[in-house]
Amino acid sequence: MARSPLAALAQLISEQETTILKDWLQLLTAAGSLESGRIREAELRTQCGTFLKLFRVALTDGDTDTNSAVYSGVRDNLGEISRSRATQGFSPKETASFIFSLKEPLFSAINRSGKFGAAEVTQFIRQLTLALDDLGLFTMEVYQKSREQVIIRQQREISELSTPVVKLWEGILALPLIGTLDSERTQVVMENLLQTIVDQAAEIAIIDITGVPTVDTLTAQHLLKTVAAARLMGADCIVSGIRPQIAQTMVHLGVELNVISKATLADAFAVALKRMSKAVVTVKTAAQNS
Amino acid sequence: MDRIPILKLGDALLVTIQVDMHDRLATALEDDLTNKIVKHNAHGVLIDISALEIVDSFIGRMLDNIAAVSRVLDAETVVVGMRPAVAITLVELGLSLAGVKTALNVERGMALIQRHHHVLERGADDDIAS
Repeated sequence: MARSPLAALAQLISEQETTILKDWLQLLTAAGSLESGRIREAELRTQCGTFLKLFRVALTDGDTDTNSAVYSGVRDNLGEISRSRATQGFSPKETASFIFSLKEPLFSAINRSGKFGAAEVTQFIRQLTLALDDLGLFTMEVYQKSREQVIIRQQREISELSTPVVKLWEGILALPLIGTLDSERTQVVMENLLQTIVDQAAEIAIIDITGVPTVDTLTAQHLLKTVAAARLMGADCIVSGIRPQIAQTMVHLGVELNVISKATLADAFAVALKRMSKAVVTVKTAAQNS
Repeated sequence: MDRIPILKLGDALLVTIQVDMHDRLATALEDDLTNKIVKHNAHGVLIDISALEIVDSFIGRMLDNIAAVSRVLDAETVVVGMRPAVAITLVELGLSLAGVKTALNVERGMALIQRHHHVLERGADDDIAS
């Protein structure tokens, strides 16, 4: 049976599997894959072994087109590895070097065997390079996608975490804003606030912007939108926590907030209590009375 | 053609919008309401839109118009029970209904109208007394 040259290569890999694996692990270790302590040696060895086996099987079928169905097992395995690398916090270089550092052990294995002629060796090297480069790119793509997913998830978590609506008193809500206000966040903030106004039947909402680093015309516009929406629902808004520099910037920029604004949350709360005909009084203790 | 009922409640009128407003209905409501204000000598108009789920710029302008007309006839307009989604839509449409007073529910809206009416009456009494 005439075997394809790639099958011969696969045969070679299977014969020298232990040596190739050893060389590969050595290279990876030398490149510092284990230093960060994110992955144990045994785990890395299993990953390498599994990949090499799958890669060999794919080669046996005589194909170097990494997009073909033969490679689906290899791709799945590699995708899994890349994803775990991304979540474990490996750098792109470390992730890519996993696959690229397999080249050298394979080439030396071909040289060592001495079974092949110069033309065959050249062809092997060319095909292996093409296949491994492709797989390397695939690795990076998966890695990048996983990182993007992590970022998207974190963004969502941040936007959920950073917009709490706090009940200060019966009918008085506070909305401490932290971080920059972009249109997307404003939307979330607005929806949160309005829903809470309905749920708590609140009359007054205090928007505290102590944690907002800068207030430009756009931020002011977002704030005003929130205030206008709350007003439409029948609740009054007070803006508080405008820091001195921000107040100056706002005036210089010509930003006008046509709402009641107070310097601190405490001042705003006092106004809100007064609006609701409530007051904070000092309790007279027995000692003071006597 | 169906019409939106207008109820007299003391010296205020209560309009509860419970169907989706289309433009003809809105215009009819504006007409009816103006006539009723004069007929009953009302001092306040409560528009309950807690059941209204969809608004467009036309409905927004209708609310503004009703408020303006009522003011001319010496009646205060209070829109009550607006849903969060509706409020956001109106703001995004650039309609902040500056001339309209708002309240969370009918009860508070009523209180608002009465307070306003008292202030006005006292003001008028003072004018006469002085």
